Amino acid sequence: MGNKLLSRFTNSSSATPNDMTRRGFLVSMTAAGVAFGFPRASSAAMDPAAPNGVPVESVGETFEPTLWYWIDSEGRVNVNIIRAEMGQHVGTAIARILADELEVAWEDVNITHVDSAEKWGTMVTGGSWSVWQSWPIYRQAGAAGRTALIEAAATGWGVDPADCTARDGTVTDGTNSITYAELVSAGLSRSFSEDELKALPLKPHSELRLVGKDVTALDIANKTNGKAIYGLDAKVDGMVYGVPMLPPTRLGSSVTSVDDSAAKDVKGYLQTLTLDDPSGTVPGWVVVLGETLMAAKWASQVIKVEWAAGDTANVTEAEINGLSRALIADTTKGAILATETPDTADAFDKATNVIEAEYTTQTVLHFQLEPVNATVFQNEDGIWEIHTGNQWQSLILPTLSTALGVPADRITMRTYMLGGGFGRRLNGDYTVPAALASKAVGGKPVKLVFFREDDAQFDSPRSPSVQKLRMAFDTDNAVVGMEHHAAAGWPTGVVVPSFMPKGVNGEPYDPFAIDGADHWYSVGAHRVRAISNDLANKTFRPGWLRSVGPGWTNFAVESFMDEAAHQVGADPVEFRLQHLKAEGYNAGSAPNAVGGASRQAAVLRKVAEMSGYGTAELPADTAIGIATTFGQARSMPTWTAGAVQVHIDRETGEIDVQKMWLAFDCGTVVDPDSAHAQCEGAALWGLSMALYEGTTFENGNVVDRNLATYTPLRMIDTPEMDIAFVESTEVPVGLGEPGTTVIAPAIANAIYNAVGARLRSLPIRPDDVLAALNA
Amino acid sequence: MIKFEINGRSVSVDADPDTPLLWAIRDEIGLTGTKFGCGIGMCGACTVHVGGRATRSCITALSDVEGTKITTIEGLDDQANHPVQEAWRNLRVPQCGYCQSGQIMQAVALLQDIPAPTDDDIDAVMTGNLCRCMTYPRIRQAVREAATAMTGAQDNG
Repeated sequence: MGNKLLSRFTNSSSATPNDMTRRGFLVSMTAAGVAFGFPRASSAAMDPAAPNGVPVESVGETFEPTLWYWIDSEGRVNVNIIRAEMGQHVGTAIARILADELEVAWEDVNITHVDSAEKWGTMVTGGSWSVWQSWPIYRQAGAAGRTALIEAAATGWGVDPADCTARDGTVTDGTNSITYAELVSAGLSRSFSEDELKALPLKPHSELRLVGKDVTALDIANKTNGKAIYGLDAKVDGMVYGVPMLPPTRLGSSVTSVDDSAAKDVKGYLQTLTLDDPSGTVPGWVVVLGETLMAAKWASQVIKVEWAAGDTANVTEAEINGLSRALIADTTKGAILATETPDTADAFDKATNVIEAEYTTQTVLHFQLEPVNATVFQNEDGIWEIHTGNQWQSLILPTLSTALGVPADRITMRTYMLGGGFGRRLNGDYTVPAALASKAVGGKPVKLVFFREDDAQFDSPRSPSVQKLRMAFDTDNAVVGMEHHAAAGWPTGVVVPSFMPKGVNGEPYDPFAIDGADHWYSVGAHRVRAISNDLANKTFRPGWLRSVGPGWTNFAVESFMDEAAHQVGADPVEFRLQHLKAEGYNAGSAPNAVGGASRQAAVLRKVAEMSGYGTAELPADTAIGIATTFGQARSMPTWTAGAVQVHIDRETGEIDVQKMWLAFDCGTVVDPDSAHAQCEGAALWGLSMALYEGTTFENGNVVDRNLATYTPLRMIDTPEMDIAFVESTEVPVGLGEPGTTVIAPAIANAIYNAVGARLRSLPIRPDDVLAALNA
Repeated sequence: MIKFEINGRSVSVDADPDTPLLWAIRDEIGLTGTKFGCGIGMCGACTVHVGGRATRSCITALSDVEGTKITTIEGLDDQANHPVQEAWRNLRVPQCGYCQSGQIMQAVALLQDIPAPTDDDIDAVMTGNLCRCMTYPRIRQAVREAATAMTGAQDNG
């Protein structure tokens, strides 16, 4: 299921991820340099290593073995990257996968973050997928170039290609040698059939020279000198500035009157647009234009707009959660996932003992530091240019096409650095009002900037969730059944419902709102039920937020595993290990989940050892809690374990997080330093959402819209961390999110171990701890 | 017209005196290394030096900087080789990088005031700068390394 779903996310023409490879190789040899984008000058950030963002240009002849790169007559390599750079140094990781197989020196490698175009296939950056998906494709691409260059050299020398090797951009047969630059200058023509491509020899793991080695990411330097170019830095000649005025509800509002008379006195105020949106993305929106950003902003503060509000104008978080509880209680609702034994009726009927608990999590904002923004205009060729940072160009292009009333091939999305993604920019909805505003003024450039409060109100937040877990035990206290019922807003259900797979009862479900509940513990009968909360779905756009569903399903699973262990008097780590049996459905399979639950057990043991869990002598009211997950999805498990040491102040309820330990098995580590950085950041996001972040819906909107009341983790609360990776030569999976998933449950378990209070709602605030202690 | 010096250059900005300095720097002067995050002075992405002091440019009115000397990330060092920038690169601090101009400007000001900060000093000052990628452990380490490099350089005279 997971793989099938994923392929639909990643390939516009369906089928398997390998189709992307084929598409790439259909472009055969070419001698011409490749031109990107449009002639009109702009400041997009295609090459993050170049101070002006302008990508390297080829010199002389070029050899373009595949769509994914060229080599020029000077031996320089340019690798095309379709993933967005948002802090993961993704271009560096992908380019080195290719360069390793191609056998070129890293110094000769450049990257280009390309603009959107049909030829690239689906452009999406999320799900911790980038390295995992690029690994086979860019390896084959590199091998194709190496093979062609070796063959060309061998032909020239009249020797067997099998007797030749390539290294650092030079081919040799032991006697002769020739550089890639020379071979390319002489002209090359070589094409591969699909079968040949599949049969291309890839280097054995032991001969990888760049993968796994320390390399400084290409985007680092410009992020220390102010030169990195983000969407908010876009500049187009003659642009005007816009700020939105948001309607009272996300959907269903309409403008009844606009009075801008007071704005006429604001110097630089231009006009107020009531957007006409054929795509239905931003109903009831008003955009105020000014010669400067502040002129637009100040004007918007005195312009009076009246709306007929949509029907979610009074919705509260409590109401949303109330509906979740009602839906969970109605056993006919939702989709039942295809676990090994989804029918749990018998197991629970015959159980000697049943435990049950409810877990809730509050709404969470992305609060990526660069507020969403977009600059849009129609260029001299009639093409609509969208200048913005975005994670899923292929998703929003059809919407922009509807909004602008032009075919999608008349729209291009230029590439910028993202001032944080975290899933917010998977939903490109923020480009639509910018496009509509430009359309309303005849294609003139409009730079639409969301001030922070607007960004927060218009966020696609992590939905509040309610989960009910149950576990059945027999007379010997053995686990014979488990149920997990989870209700929340569904990001995929709202934005791309056609991507939802179906459960065993024929009902569609959003894997991004249930992944994690289908864990690798062998628990007998196991029912996992995913339920969509339609009140959430119409009140806001539920978002994919770093780690998405696994960010809250695992809070429930891993808190509950501790509760179950205590129920039967077992140590929580031992209890988990007893159920990570790697049998049947949990035995794992090639290529992505070789070893199955046994690898999860290994990281769990490792983190217990690293942290001194169960052996460390700790002061009063201080304890370590443990949790383990498989990262994002069963189809691409990143085996993850975390331990957190906390001290609880019984007087104030304050939670002092003293140290966090994490262990990962992500298969092959492609980029060790970035891998470490991603895991660090992900774990701290987990901490932030466990203790510091959370808002609620009141009157149909989030209450907290800026840092006065929304309080993400700061340096002063950042604990010491110890992160370890299991050495592995398995397929590299993802690392952007898994670290997030273990922290909240590890903290909840640590609090219980420290003071005996069980916290089942996120975020956990000091008052919640006090209330639990006094209960 | 409001006149001041920015990165050693004299400028006159013809904009509403109430305009936040941030937008004058970004949109009028054209230096976009200084970033917009919250607009209420609580994230630190817009930090510049006014008269050598770390200042949140999003809540500083243009009229308040008349006659002052301002430094932005672009003007910190001609070659972008200020010891703080070097430490940032050596430790590969940035992820998305959006907050890092502000972090670096704040760190430089911190080290001017407290050349050999304790970890508590670093936490107390730098906690005003939000990093959404959560690069805090590396920022902390980079400030320590920059402090060592800068005090070492002074000791060596």
